[in-house]
Amino acid sequence: MSAKLHIPTAPCRPGDEPDFSAITLPAAGELARPDEMVAADTTRELSFSMIRVLDEQHQAVGPWSPALTPAALRDGLRHILLTRLYDDRMLRMQRQGKMSFYLKCTGEEAVSVAQCMALEDGDMLFPTYRQQALLVTRGYPLMDMMCQCLSNAGDRLQGRQMPVMYSSDVHKFFSISGNLGTQFSQAVGWAMAAEYRKTGDIAAAWVGEGTSAEADFHYALTFSAVYRAPVILNVVNNQWAISTSQNIAGGEQNPFAARAIGYGIPGLRVDGNDFLAVFAATRWAANRARAGGGPTLIELYTYRAAAHSTSDDPARYRPSDEWERWPLGDPITRLKQHLIARGEWSEAQHEQLQAELAETVQHAWQKAISLGTLNEGPRPPDAAMFEHVYKDLPPHLLEQRRQLEAMT
Amino acid sequence: MSAVLNIEDGSVAQPAATPARRPETRTMSMIQALNSALDVMLERDPNVLIFGEDVGYFGGVFRCTEGLQQKYGADRVFDTPIAEGGIVATAIGMGVNGLRPVVEIQFADYIYPAFDQIASELSRLRYRSAGQFWSPVTIRTPCGGGIRGGQTHSQTPEALFAHVSGLKTVMPSNPYDAKGLLISAIEDDDPVVFFEPKRLYNGPFDGDPEQPVRSWDQHHKGQVPQGHYRVPLGQAATVRAGNDVSVLAYGTMVHVALAAAQQAGVDAEVIDVRTLMPLDVDTICNSVCRTGRCVIVHEATRHCGYGAELSAQVQERCFWNLEAPIERVTGWDTPYPHAQEWAYFPGQARVAQALRRALEG
Ligand SMILES: Cc1ncc(C[n+]2csc(CCOP(=O)(O)OP(=O)(O)O)c2C)c(N)n1
Repeated sequence: MSAKLHIPTAPCRPGDEPDFSAITLPAAGELARPDEMVAADTTRELSFSMIRVLDEQHQAVGPWSPALTPAALRDGLRHILLTRLYDDRMLRMQRQGKMSFYLKCTGEEAVSVAQCMALEDGDMLFPTYRQQALLVTRGYPLMDMMCQCLSNAGDRLQGRQMPVMYSSDVHKFFSISGNLGTQFSQAVGWAMAAEYRKTGDIAAAWVGEGTSAEADFHYALTFSAVYRAPVILNVVNNQWAISTSQNIAGGEQNPFAARAIGYGIPGLRVDGNDFLAVFAATRWAANRARAGGGPTLIELYTYRAAAHSTSDDPARYRPSDEWERWPLGDPITRLKQHLIARGEWSEAQHEQLQAELAETVQHAWQKAISLGTLNEGPRPPDAAMFEHVYKDLPPHLLEQRRQLEAMT
Repeated sequence: MSAVLNIEDGSVAQPAATPARRPETRTMSMIQALNSALDVMLERDPNVLIFGEDVGYFGGVFRCTEGLQQKYGADRVFDTPIAEGGIVATAIGMGVNGLRPVVEIQFADYIYPAFDQIASELSRLRYRSAGQFWSPVTIRTPCGGGIRGGQTHSQTPEALFAHVSGLKTVMPSNPYDAKGLLISAIEDDDPVVFFEPKRLYNGPFDGDPEQPVRSWDQHHKGQVPQGHYRVPLGQAATVRAGNDVSVLAYGTMVHVALAAAQQAGVDAEVIDVRTLMPLDVDTICNSVCRTGRCVIVHEATRHCGYGAELSAQVQERCFWNLEAPIERVTGWDTPYPHAQEWAYFPGQARVAQALRRALEG
């Protein structure tokens, strides 16, 4: 018998019929909701199966169904819709050359919105580049987001970062790094400090499933388990890491959530396109963290509907219609249908909201663009690049700034 | 301004910024001085936390944190998993949330797993967030050879860190400076990588392994105030005034350079650089412009070593005063060997040779 090196393959590639047959979905409402303080090793089923609340008839069912008012659900829908429209607009503007880069979160908006709504304002968010909906949910002005993407005179980050690498201390939204995964372990330190300072705040951090292979993932799970840090560690499994399927990141047989148990951390695997399930799971983890139960690992099962970013063409590595066949659907449709089924929403209201939000985006864009783009109009002064390297400008940077200014 | 030591009569002229010796001064090894700095800062600032591998219960493999857990509690001084990247990442997050973490990387040779967190995150957080977020982490790490540590317990990777914008890089050469610089590092709102030459922990070392080990008792810089004081970052110290040649060194090599100058009978001005970033260019270049000759000494490898930066700075500012090519004496461009340690180590003979060459040039 000769052993053969196993190289996992993607479920399907361009030209293939989309195939999600490997995904087994439990019915909504099927899984029990244990007390928040249960031992980590009792969460085996929650980490291998999938927490789902919305059923085929768009009803919220089972013990995980959260007590959310229709008004709160409508808020959630509004944030998701706004994020989608914002993304669409920004992508078009990138195509028109207004900015160097853009990156959408289409199809996975419910993750950030529901998770953010399940947290308190004082809780610190350690996002990836695909959690722009956290900022939208926390009410960060769209115009400020746009100005960051445009690196224009209104950019609060003074043109330091590529588009979408937002930061807002006021909104407790941590500065996004381009280095994947580094924030995961930093969030644990933040949470340990919150515990030490007895502020009662918790931290939440996100990585993509591809990034879960980085050492920082392991650091975060180890340190948070050892010191019982009040942190929620989230893996957004959107199936793809650029062109690489989740199978390569380590998920061919074992769900990412299931990794938690070996560390002594509960693992929850959640239907990431089910707004109510995401909210419920996150609230469970937040309750546990606040009660001294330490970290929870949540895998949010979803699908990256758009390209990885404006730098790639997904038609070269996956079937173009995969998204339409995604068994967990579109988070917008599912939340909308649920509200309609409850008699709390209608197609007409939905269309009206969409038009209103499109107007909001348009309005913010006009204001943002009036402050310039990377290539036209006002932008941060070149000399600003020397600030914030250190708290105070040291002599050698002062000298270099002088040299730059002498050139212009 | 720099502290001037007259090596002939052992007297020290301290700059005004450093308080004069006070009655509560006592003899300390570098280990005790570092421990005292940590003790002082834990006492003064409840936001100071100390952690790393074996630093809690045991007090560190070099005993720098001895007794601190007992004194301040396990929630302020604690052991960590063996994950250097995790240690620094955790410290970064704590710093963002208002604390002032001081972490120990057990050996500088093991700092590389944390390099990403230091070079990509810690150093650039203030910059990339335009001042919204920053983290005042101090990373202490023992470095350098001369302890039969082979290629994995002997490195001095200071150049890798001095190269990274946003970091401050420090390497003391004696207990007095070690304590004052460490306090400055901890109080600094920028991240600091603090290298501790482990061959100096228990006594000054002039590069001659045949000599019996000396303790810090007999060295005037082994007299350390027990309370709080600072040695400011960004100030070099002229440890021996001289007229013939300027020797730029830091860490262990300061002592080697002093001994080599004596051996060669050269009236060298020896400058202890102390902080590599920010660099005290004025003290260095004023000296070289006066002597017209410059020898740079460090233990790390030569190619792209910190000496290359010093050499470039001197050349830019002192070119018209130079009487001879700038000399560099460094470790060879090989990994740090075990059996050949003393052939690798840039000892007195090599420094003395370079001094003579510089004087002949
Ligand atoms: C440390 C590091 N390695 C590689 C990259 C390049 N890179 C950027 S995004 C990406 C894929 C990330 O995939 P995943 O973690 O699944 O997140 P997703 O983009 O799907 O949200 C890669 C490889 C990077 N930015 N940082």
